[in-house]
Amino acid sequence: MNCESLVVDDVQLPISSDLDLVRAREQGRVLAGKLGFQQSDLTLVATAISELARNIVRYARRGEIILRQAQDGGVPGIVIIARDEGPGIPDVNRAMEQGYSTSGGLGLGLPGVRRIMDKFEIVSEVGKGTVVTAVKWKR
Amino acid sequence: MAVPILKQGPFLIASIQSALTDTDLVQLRDALVGKVGSYRSRGVIVDVTALDVLDSFASRTLRDLAHMIRLRGAETVIVGIQPEVAFTMVRLGLTLEGVATALDLEEGLFYLNEKLSSSQQSTQ
Repeated sequence: MNCESLVVDDVQLPISSDLDLVRAREQGRVLAGKLGFQQSDLTLVATAISELARNIVRYARRGEIILRQAQDGGVPGIVIIARDEGPGIPDVNRAMEQGYSTSGGLGLGLPGVRRIMDKFEIVSEVGKGTVVTAVKWKR
Repeated sequence: MAVPILKQGPFLIASIQSALTDTDLVQLRDALVGKVGSYRSRGVIVDVTALDVLDSFASRTLRDLAHMIRLRGAETVIVGIQPEVAFTMVRLGLTLEGVATALDLEEGLFYLNEKLSSSQQSTQ
């Protein structure tokens, strides 16, 4: 499969329930699969989506995840945009410090997502919402 | 979707068949903790072979499950973690610390039988 010429439409996923998480993971796996990602990276992508989608449901009740194809010099990638209009994160820096520590990850799981993705960006404003953008390139 | 839980002698085997929602996982946890009491089980195997994602919530819930079951006097073994899932867990720093794991159902049963017989020996 020539991935350079493959063009995939955006996948837009409303997130507001438990089931939406399962669906979003699956869709991430499918899109990354179409782009030719290796097995272990399919799971990484699905897991990152799971964490981001859960944050949406837990903290904002509803939001959306958009999966988009990216391209960097012929290398395909998958962009995950997790967006909500929830309460926002008051201290983003602190949220990024909390990790999967001995307490078992009581935080937002964001440091973990940043660790496994190649690019990670978060914009959050109290009272407005949060947007997380993460990219994984095909290896 | 309820996970089938089978009794095999002194053990319970929960065989996850497909992707689970967070709610499903919590229900499984509570069902196993309850059944350990009703069947007086000495061990529990949770087969996660069919899970293609084990994220922080799943990890935490499995750990809680094992600890709760230990408080009820039984041992838990998680079996069937797939290679890509193991890779992701390590990358995320999810260790399932303090929880016994085994390769598959067969190994899990072997482990539990060993545990059971050694604990029986020590009380003799």
